[in-house]
Amino acid sequence: MEPVLDLRGITKRFPGVLANDHISIDLMQGEIHALLGENGAGKTTLMNILYGLYKPDEGDIFVKGQKLTIDTPNDAIKAGVGMVHQHFMLIPVFTVTENIMLGDEYLKPGGFLDRKKAAARIREISQQYNLQVEPDAYVKDLPVGIQQRVEIIKLLFRNADILILDEPTAVLTPQEVDELFNIMKKLVEQGKSIILITHKLREVMEFADRTTVIRGGKVIGTAKQSETNQFELAAMMVGRQIELNIDKKTAETKDVVLDVKNLKVLDTHHQVAVANVSFEVRAGEVLGIAGVQGNGQTELVRALTGLTHPVEGKIHLLERDITHAPVKQITELGTAHIPEDRQKDGLVMTYSIEDNLILNTWYKAPFTRNVILQRKVILDNAQQLVSNFDIRTPSALTATSHLSGGNQQKVIVAREFSRPIKLLVASQPTRGLDVGSIEYIHRRIIEKRDDGCAVLLVSTELDEIMQLSDRVAVMYRGQILAIVDPKTTSREEIGLLMAGVVPEAH
Amino acid sequence: MTKTEATQQPKDAFSIFLDELRRNSLTVTILAIVTGLLAGGLIAAVTTEGVYAAFRVSFFGGLKAGLMVFWDTYRALFTGSVGVPADIFNALRSGDGAAINKAFTPFFESLLQATPYIFAGLAVALGFRVGLFNIGAEGQIFVGALGTVWVATSLKGLPTIIHVPLALLGGAITGGIWGMIPGWLKAKTGAHEVINTIMMNYIAFRLSEYLLNGILRDPHKSTPISAPIEKSAWLPRFFDDPNRFHAGFFIALLMAFLVYWLLFKTSWGFELRTVGLNPNAARYAGMNIVRSTVITMFLSGALAGMAGANEVLGVNHNLAVAFSSGYGFDSIALALLGNSHPLGVVLAALLFGFLRNGAIQMQLTAGIPIDIISVLQALILAFIAAPAIIRTMYHLKEPKVTEPTLVAAKPEGK
Repeated sequence: MEPVLDLRGITKRFPGVLANDHISIDLMQGEIHALLGENGAGKTTLMNILYGLYKPDEGDIFVKGQKLTIDTPNDAIKAGVGMVHQHFMLIPVFTVTENIMLGDEYLKPGGFLDRKKAAARIREISQQYNLQVEPDAYVKDLPVGIQQRVEIIKLLFRNADILILDEPTAVLTPQEVDELFNIMKKLVEQGKSIILITHKLREVMEFADRTTVIRGGKVIGTAKQSETNQFELAAMMVGRQIELNIDKKTAETKDVVLDVKNLKVLDTHHQVAVANVSFEVRAGEVLGIAGVQGNGQTELVRALTGLTHPVEGKIHLLERDITHAPVKQITELGTAHIPEDRQKDGLVMTYSIEDNLILNTWYKAPFTRNVILQRKVILDNAQQLVSNFDIRTPSALTATSHLSGGNQQKVIVAREFSRPIKLLVASQPTRGLDVGSIEYIHRRIIEKRDDGCAVLLVSTELDEIMQLSDRVAVMYRGQILAIVDPKTTSREEIGLLMAGVVPEAH
Repeated sequence: MTKTEATQQPKDAFSIFLDELRRNSLTVTILAIVTGLLAGGLIAAVTTEGVYAAFRVSFFGGLKAGLMVFWDTYRALFTGSVGVPADIFNALRSGDGAAINKAFTPFFESLLQATPYIFAGLAVALGFRVGLFNIGAEGQIFVGALGTVWVATSLKGLPTIIHVPLALLGGAITGGIWGMIPGWLKAKTGAHEVINTIMMNYIAFRLSEYLLNGILRDPHKSTPISAPIEKSAWLPRFFDDPNRFHAGFFIALLMAFLVYWLLFKTSWGFELRTVGLNPNAARYAGMNIVRSTVITMFLSGALAGMAGANEVLGVNHNLAVAFSSGYGFDSIALALLGNSHPLGVVLAALLFGFLRNGAIQMQLTAGIPIDIISVLQALILAFIAAPAIIRTMYHLKEPKVTEPTLVAAKPEGK
């Protein structure tokens, strides 16, 4: 059978970087072909070439056997190639119909928009592929999962046969992910072909027919799903054997370290973001906070670390009231904080690694004596941490902006873990990191737990929560709906809680 | 995107050096100054009537006349700001002290002109480093001068060694308070310091007029001017008239060193710089942004106040209305030119001092309007602010883009 899409020897160079090195991939009709690779492996560059956003330096693109030159996204659409970007390209104040017909408008005589005709076609498409949307709804009122459907319909509206989905699950709840994959199945049943770009192994194993792994701009290999497994794919992706499941002992919990009672926190728009939240974290355990992004986790962490102050409720750290304590005092009491946005909050990007490593202890001995910064001590400290925490850098004096995301995160972890701590607040500690760095950071967090540190882990990645936590609290719309044991609770149950569905009491 | 072995070709040391040099923003700064000077000369030629007259006679005649204007302009600028080389040479050979003093006077006069620029430039640069735009240096100069004049005229019978520091301190504290008010307003209410420092300028100008027409006014004079300050408060001069060079220059250099030391060697400076570069990270690290803002605006105002004090104690020996001709505003440009680094500020202040002093001579001998220098300064700054122009003109490479995954792609593991 001839492939519907055939990329042959695609090469793309950027100054000093070979982003794509003779990449060849084919896509069969009715296939879900996963493109798996870490951040920076060259997946997105390749897809941008296919979509006409970049021009390849070498290589050819064949669509249904015909060689094509794709210079603009319009050429791609004409050839039947459509792409759903990771960040949706929708106009919030337009209706679904207006968004979908934008750029391909149906016109009535006299140049007026024919919304009715467009809406009818949209209904037709949604029935055919089981993509339920309301054509007259405003996009801003729709949940993320539905917005994604709008993006997909937009492509079908333009008669795309080859759909590229770039990290489509990053913003979805587990239920929405399942729905998305049902839709994908329906699409391929009806003859469409899909390229799924992802770095999540579980999705690949569950939903793809074939997988091509890309590392360092090169194709490492292509495998049929039936002939491979997670471990093999992970090793191909990272280039070495890695441990996907963290071995951890059962938690030996001790005294309560963090005690939160009836907390109420407002967000920056003075809306209630955290309402009546109570929980405690004991020494030697990991309490995971699961939830879809934007359900109050950010504000909860800010309140616990002193970056904002709650309007109601109490926070006790080691039996001391820190409800209104400043950040410095909370840090000095032994709290480590891995912030959710490392570049915005956790690092000064233009500072060297050595300066970022003293960011919250800069004023203390031995780094400062009589207000004079002790440069030699600071450098020694940095060199030791760079080697202890395996930070890949030419030197401890390198600007942090030159490091990869994983190494930037290691700088934060090194800084926070290198002083004596009683409580670790880790917010999205592995967001956007590669598999190798994720494994590393997970291992370090469990090490801290085993040392008797209390750990509060906030993550929107359910896999991460399930793997690391001893107890899981699910947050929904500012409240904790339940605290469950991950060993006796299924992913589906937690997923339902994340969507706000509380199981009936028996 | 990933860096792979294939792209790492070996380079010889010379090409690496050239690469680095071409990327250097210092190169851009120097080229901006050179380009500004060339463009300034061109404007001088274009705006001279005689050049057009010569062009009407013959093309080459016009070209020659234009080049002559160009040459005259910069010769006058040079002799006015540095001195006449022949005079310097002859004076040195004759060994006559008075002649040497006279020959070197233009040079020292340029240093004298640069002194208030150093103080005010440091004031603005310190603010920039902490993420604060102190547009109010001019007002702080006026208020600092008022404080200084009060100390320098009202205290009597003190020895110089006590009176001068007290008078300087008077200027620094009053200027500092003037700067601290918008700093405090920003920290407490979020009111933007740009607006408030500008408003504080107007208040300062009117306040100085009010005081110079009131309690500070010399009753024996017909114009609003303060009484002459006590001799004991004069900043010591080193040479005989007409050379007015005084100790203020060295105090300015000392301040530049202190600002450098504070910013880069102390834990306070670490906090201030962090607040300036990333206030979110500073808050995360437990730094006190309110305190940093207020203290920085005080120090910034104090440095500007010392510029005012320097003019009163070193040059004018009294205070007249509108005594500062825009030092505070020029200093914003100057701090940018100096990349907000104390050493850069000193160098930029020297450039401005020499240009300003030379411009006076240029007007006298070459008949070129002094405003050409303002145009020239503006051009230099435009080139600095838009480095792309300079890069395109001289085919410089873009500065190295920071590649976030530069180190990531090293083969991991064993």
